[in-house]
Amino acid sequence: MSGDPGAEFLALLPEFLLLVGAVGGLLLGLWTPQHRQYRVRAVAVVACLASAVTAAIALTGPAMTVFEGTWAVDTVTGIVRIVVALAVAVVVVLSASAVRGHPRETEAYVLMLLGAVGTIALAASTDMLLLMAAFLLASFPLYALAGFAKDARGVEATLKYYLMGALSGVLMMIGIAALVLGGGSTNYAELAALLPDASPALTALGVIGVLAGVAFKAGAVPVHFWVPDVTAGTSPAMAAYITTIPKIGAVAAAFRLLAEPFAAVPLDVPLLVAVIAGASMTLGNLAAFNQTEVLRLLAYSTVSQVGYLFMVVAVATRTDLDLPALAVYLAAYAVTNLGAFAAVAVVPGARTIGEWATAVGRRRWLVVSLIVCLLGLVGTPPTAVFVGKLAVFTATWDGGLTWLVVLAAVNTVASLFYYLRWIAACALGAPLAAAPVSGGGDGARAAVVAAQQSVRTPAVVLHSAAAVSLLLGIGAGLWLSVALPA
Amino acid sequence: MLLTVVIFLPVLVAGVLLAARPPDRAAGWTWVTASAVELALIGWMWWRYDPGPGSTGVVDGIAYEVDLRWIPTVDAGYHIGVDGLSLPLLALTGVLFLACAIWSLREKNEPRTFAALFLFLQTACLGTFAALDLILFFVFFDLTIVGMYFIIAGWGHGNARRSALKFFIYTFVGSLALLVGFIGLFLGGEDRTFDMVALAENPPLADSPVAGGLVLLAIGLGLAVKTPLFPFHTWLPDAHTDAPAPGSAILAGVLLKLGTYGFVRIAMPILPEAWQRWAMVVVVLGVVSVLWGAFVALAQRDLKRMIAYTSVNHMGYVLLALGAAGLVGQADEEARTVATVGAVYQMVSHGLLTGALFLLSGVLWDRGRTYAFDRWGGLAGPAPVFAAAFAVAAFGSLGLPGLSGFVAEFQIFAGSLPGAPVATVLAITGILVSAGLFLLAIQRLLTGPLVVPTAAGADSDDGGVDPERGSAGHAREAATATLERTPTGTVTRMRDMRGPELAAVVPLLVLSVVLGLLPRALLDVIEPAATAVAQLVAR
Repeated sequence: MSGDPGAEFLALLPEFLLLVGAVGGLLLGLWTPQHRQYRVRAVAVVACLASAVTAAIALTGPAMTVFEGTWAVDTVTGIVRIVVALAVAVVVVLSASAVRGHPRETEAYVLMLLGAVGTIALAASTDMLLLMAAFLLASFPLYALAGFAKDARGVEATLKYYLMGALSGVLMMIGIAALVLGGGSTNYAELAALLPDASPALTALGVIGVLAGVAFKAGAVPVHFWVPDVTAGTSPAMAAYITTIPKIGAVAAAFRLLAEPFAAVPLDVPLLVAVIAGASMTLGNLAAFNQTEVLRLLAYSTVSQVGYLFMVVAVATRTDLDLPALAVYLAAYAVTNLGAFAAVAVVPGARTIGEWATAVGRRRWLVVSLIVCLLGLVGTPPTAVFVGKLAVFTATWDGGLTWLVVLAAVNTVASLFYYLRWIAACALGAPLAAAPVSGGGDGARAAVVAAQQSVRTPAVVLHSAAAVSLLLGIGAGLWLSVALPA
Repeated sequence: MLLTVVIFLPVLVAGVLLAARPPDRAAGWTWVTASAVELALIGWMWWRYDPGPGSTGVVDGIAYEVDLRWIPTVDAGYHIGVDGLSLPLLALTGVLFLACAIWSLREKNEPRTFAALFLFLQTACLGTFAALDLILFFVFFDLTIVGMYFIIAGWGHGNARRSALKFFIYTFVGSLALLVGFIGLFLGGEDRTFDMVALAENPPLADSPVAGGLVLLAIGLGLAVKTPLFPFHTWLPDAHTDAPAPGSAILAGVLLKLGTYGFVRIAMPILPEAWQRWAMVVVVLGVVSVLWGAFVALAQRDLKRMIAYTSVNHMGYVLLALGAAGLVGQADEEARTVATVGAVYQMVSHGLLTGALFLLSGVLWDRGRTYAFDRWGGLAGPAPVFAAAFAVAAFGSLGLPGLSGFVAEFQIFAGSLPGAPVATVLAITGILVSAGLFLLAIQRLLTGPLVVPTAAGADSDDGGVDPERGSAGHAREAATATLERTPTGTVTRMRDMRGPELAAVVPLLVLSVVLGLLPRALLDVIEPAATAVAQLVAR
């Protein structure tokens, strides 16, 4: 296989298309007047869609590795390719209202495409060095995106993000060095054979270091501190990108690590991951309880969602249901989370739940779609995350981590509180309008926010996300038959 | 196909109502029409229902069956069907929702959304009763919570949002326990399926008592919260009291049945071994609920809270019977079948009577904005129709012969006595208490000198009604009540029931009388399925 460059190139066609979109968009942007930058947007969206289509076609082919066993083209890669490409297309559309007319509009779309390539590389790499490269490729575009607005909050958030990223990157490099020292190879397949006999101390250092890097990208506890600040410090569309796209690749990377090089090490790595999962969902939920700012609330909600995603990672290869669970939950999470952030982007001026509810007022369908998305994040049937949770719980129990299933169920109930707070504020605000709903401080700002015109594109995205969330839940069998052709 | 139409027609109409935004009156009538069509379709299904000789339901002879693949990876499917257990409850759902639709013709507060929510809820309830797949069951089961949450929070009174949240949290905890239990059934079975029929034929976890017990615990917890059994009933009085009258009627009449139906449909046939082992615990929980519900109801000073607690009492009888049906060692199959039949009969009977009682309490709220016993009296004079209807519903509820409650409770006690004599005798004392409390309620409300709430009184005396409620809410309610006052002064006029109110309540009572006098029509449907359950649980 490695002897045929043409075939190897074809295997990477989805990534190549994204790259073409990025480079082509950049060049096009240079020669396009400021008010016609929508052309670049169109190029980016087309590139994403083409990438998703080719990825879906590639899924029907056999699993293989290319470039001397450093890049896997298999089901996991395929799922991540499709989900990431489609999600980036959605974010590009979503961000249009925020960056339209911005002097660096083109750059925003190009950075998003490059980040997507990095994310897919993260999921596809079967070599520690490529993993490190992918980590960096998936990180740097995001630092730029986080600080895109160049305001005080954004700059502070970017700095925090960058510092955390640098720290995690260093940890990851130390971890990789330790693994190479202990196992003598960077290739996953070789490490899987060599690590069981390596020095346990070195292996432990390596496992922890590499997982720290991956957990940073996923925004999991204990390296999640950047998530709320970055989410609240940037614009809703960028926050949607940063909390959705890299997580998909990171979770897939962790899944691959546990399935191959860490599968037979003399440490209980699944337990370590299970603890990370449990801590993420619990701490994310606890921190979300008292948030009144919509973006911070959603930020902590994504931390807890990563906990559920890491449940699958913990039982990778220990059950037949690991891949279906990963496929469903990744897609479901991407759709639902994008929908929730789109809801925030509908009223970009609204900071708190109260302001959002007032601004949306009596526009019933916006509220209905928001309810679908938020209840979707809780995991209420028949939304996509429900099927995801069902699959994840089943897989985790089947993999022998019953306590984690119980913890996740308890956390699901806990998460209801804060999602319901937002739902109640906007769905029930109207009938009880006679009573003063919140403290007087909100009132003046809310009036200002309400006076702003809300934005149309995000509303369309919100409605589509709600609809897709329902359709994906009802059509979960169909998606699985695409993602996992028997 | 017909069953699928029956399930999804209401939610389609709901979508049309939301999208087309017809005028308020038209929305109300659309709802009534849709519910009437639903009931007619269910009636047609009942008419054509013929399981065939020898077939029993539960594991074979399921009518109107549809089985489509949904998520093949975990073998969850869109599997629905009708048998002797689900048909009565489907019919009950149709009847109660039509009654609520008629009742709500007068709804002034966003009637379109109100109707849409109820139609959505109807789909969820019908789907739960028709589901033959655990995941499908769970999907509909959970959707009922969402629908009811918005009904209570949006159209309730008093402390509605807090009560609605309490309802949501409690029942959501229950539903997650249920989901965990379902996953346990899936993983414990040899076939790895969520299909109820397949699981009942080949019960999972048969030779692992600890795992079976834990899975039953999870499922039982989920269903017990919904039913609700003591000690998981604490959400119920608040939710009922603060919900609008049709919401309470559906909550008590249909949603509580989801819990008890789950016991008969899922826990008993699929976990027979564990059910036998823990049957005595179920019996004890049932009896405690019977007595607790009765005595606490006796102590209430608020009509709606009283009715709410009698629901705990009545659902306790159902659990007593279902527990007794699992006491295979102590009782023969015939007695256990009678107990199961009684339990299903009680579900239907309680749905009709309590639905009627809650709608009747809505009449009081409508006239005087209070349910407190000490604010009403002598209503038989100005409102004879209301008095008659209330008396019939109350007597039915306390189990007077000639009404459906008697048939149900008689069978429950007759079936439970051989297996659990002490528990049955204790439960019969519960009947005495509930007889006492209903008579007391009749006496307080209907006889004596005329007492009706005054607006001034509503202001000064709100502590007596419910100390938890904020006085701000009460002041607002009192202000609304003043609209009802006669020009001369402070007295609320007590108008008798009329129009939609009558049309909603009277059919429920008539049905209860019919089922009390001619039980055969319903028994013929229930008995084969109940026999099947009694046999399956004895495996």
